[in-house]
Amino acid sequence: MAAGSIVGRSAGDRLILGAVILLAIVWLVPVVWVTALSFKPNAELMFSTASVLHPPYTLKNYTDILASSGVFRWLFNSAVVAAGTTAGTLVLSSLAGYGFARTEFPGRTLVFVLVLIGLAIPEQAVIIARHQIFSDLKMHNTYAALILPGLSIPFGVFLMTQYFKAIPRELDEAAMLDNASRFQIFWRVILPLTIPAQATLGIFTFLTAWNDYLWPLISATRPEMFTLTVGIASTQTNFAQSEGLGFLMAQAVFAGLPVFVVYLFFQKYIIRAVAGAAIR
Amino acid sequence: MREGRGLAAKSPARLRRRGAAIGPDWRNGLFVLPFLLVYLALLVYPLFRGMWISLLQFDMFDQTASFAGFTNFRRLLADRIFLGTVGNTVLFVAMTVPAFVVIGLALALALNREGRAGAVLRAIFFGTSVLSVTIVTIIWKMMYLPDRGLISGILGVFGAAPVPFLTSQDLALPAIAVCTVWWIIGLPMMLFLAALQQIPGELYEAAALDNASRWRSFVSITLPSIRRTLLVVVIYEIVAQFQLFGQALLLTKGGPNNASRPIVLFIYEQGFRDWNLGYAAAASEILFLFMAVAAIAQYLASRRRAEG
Repeated sequence: MAAGSIVGRSAGDRLILGAVILLAIVWLVPVVWVTALSFKPNAELMFSTASVLHPPYTLKNYTDILASSGVFRWLFNSAVVAAGTTAGTLVLSSLAGYGFARTEFPGRTLVFVLVLIGLAIPEQAVIIARHQIFSDLKMHNTYAALILPGLSIPFGVFLMTQYFKAIPRELDEAAMLDNASRFQIFWRVILPLTIPAQATLGIFTFLTAWNDYLWPLISATRPEMFTLTVGIASTQTNFAQSEGLGFLMAQAVFAGLPVFVVYLFFQKYIIRAVAGAAIR
Repeated sequence: MREGRGLAAKSPARLRRRGAAIGPDWRNGLFVLPFLLVYLALLVYPLFRGMWISLLQFDMFDQTASFAGFTNFRRLLADRIFLGTVGNTVLFVAMTVPAFVVIGLALALALNREGRAGAVLRAIFFGTSVLSVTIVTIIWKMMYLPDRGLISGILGVFGAAPVPFLTSQDLALPAIAVCTVWWIIGLPMMLFLAALQQIPGELYEAAALDNASRWRSFVSITLPSIRRTLLVVVIYEIVAQFQLFGQALLLTKGGPNNASRPIVLFIYEQGFRDWNLGYAAAASEILFLFMAVAAIAQYLASRRRAEG
C-alpha cells in the first residue's frame, strides 16, 4: 500500500512482500514443471512424472517437433495473421481516430456513437453470420478470412480517438496556415506524435490476434491454414493420456516461447497498454 | 485531401476558405470511411444477419432454410442441455469474478511499490496472461492428471488418494475456474494498479498524520478512490468470463455429463459440429442479450461517476 512508503518499510510490509514472493513461486510452478517435463523421454512419463527430478533428460521431444507436423507452417500462419491484423488495425484506427478527434464532417457525432456501440458487441453474437458471409464468398482457409474480422473491432478507433484529442489543436491550425492538406497534416504533423500510442495498440492487437482461438478454429479447416493456437490444440487429443506427454509439453513450450519473448521485450508497453485502457 | 497549392492559395479569399476547412467538410469523412466499411461489413451486418438466422429453420438435406419465427428460442428455453449451459456459465462467472477482484486487488496493493522486486513480481503475475488458451490448457491438463499430475502428486505426499479433477462432475468446472484465474489474474491486477497510482499521495499523508491504521486508510481512502475501476473490473470480467470457451473445450469438452459445458461451447457445437445454424444463432442472441445488459450497466456506471 502507498501508505507503507510514507512511514517506511515496516515489518508488516516485509511480511506482505514475503507472502507475495511465495505466491509468485507457486504461480511459476506449472510453467517450470511443464518445461522440465518437456526434456524427459516419453517412455518414462508414461508411468510417472516424478522422474523429472533426476536424469535422463533429452532433447528428442524438441527435435521431433522440428522434424514432424506442421508446426513451422502454423508458426508462419500465426505470424502472418498477427502481423496483418496489427498493421491493418493501426492504419484503420489511426485514420478513423484522426477523423473523429480532429476534423468535422456531417454526421460525425452520430457515426462515432454508432462505432462506440460496437464496443459492446461480442464476437460470439456475430460468429454464425460471419461464418456464413465468408462461406458465401468462398473465403474460408485464406489469410484474408483470418485477418479481416480482427479489423472490425472498434477498440483501436476508440483508443486512438482519445489519444488524438489530447494533442493541442494549434498544431493543425498552424499547419493549415502553411497550406498543408488535411491528409498532409495527419501524416506529417500529427501521426508522428502518436508513436507511443501506436506501439501500445500494436502490441495489444498483436497479442490478441496471436492468441485468438475461436475464429481461426471455425474458419481454418485445412491443417495447412491452422494458426499455432489451433494447430497445437488439434494435436492435443491424440496425446493427452497416452505415450506422447513429453512431446506435448515440448509443443506447449515451443508455442509459448515466441509470445513470451515478445512479452519480455515489450513488457513496459504491454503493461502501459492495459493500464491506459483502464484509465480511459 | 487533394487541395491545390499555388498562387491562389495566397489570396485572402483562399485563406478564408482555408479557415472554413477547419469547420465541417464531407471530405474529412474519408478518414473514417475505411474503418467504417470493415466495421459495417463484419460487425454490424453480421449482427443483424445473425438475428435473422436465429429465426430460420435449416434443412440439412436439401440445404434450404425456412422462416420459423421464434421456434428456435422456444426450443432453447425447453432444452435442458442449453439451460444447463446457462447455469454452468453463471456458476463459472460466480467462481472466477470474485477471485479476480479479491486476489487482483490484494496483489495490486502489495505490488504498488517502486523498485525492482515490485516490477519483477508484477511481470510474473501478468506473464501468464500472454499465453494462448491452448498452451494454458496443456499445462493444466498436466497439472490435473489423476495419476501423474502435479496436484495429485502433492496430495499423495499427504496420503490423499489421486483426484480425477477433470472427469469428476463436481470438480470439472471449479478446476477450469482455477486454471482461468491462474491464466488471467494479471489483467485485473494491472487495472487495479493503474487506479491505485491515480490516488494522490497527500491523502495517505493526511491519514498518516491522523494515525489512521492501514485498514482504516484502505477503507476510507483506497476503496472510495478506486470505486470506478472496481466496477469496471467486475463488469468487464463478467462479460469476459461469460464468453468461456477454449478452456472448457480443451480441458473437458464440456463433460462429464455436461457439467462443464458453457454457452459458447453449446453455440460452437450446435453451429459448427451439428450445423444447426438457426438454433446456434438463437443461442448466441440469448448470450448477446446477457452481455448487452452488462454493457449498459457498465455505461451507466461510468457515466454516473463522470457526472458526480
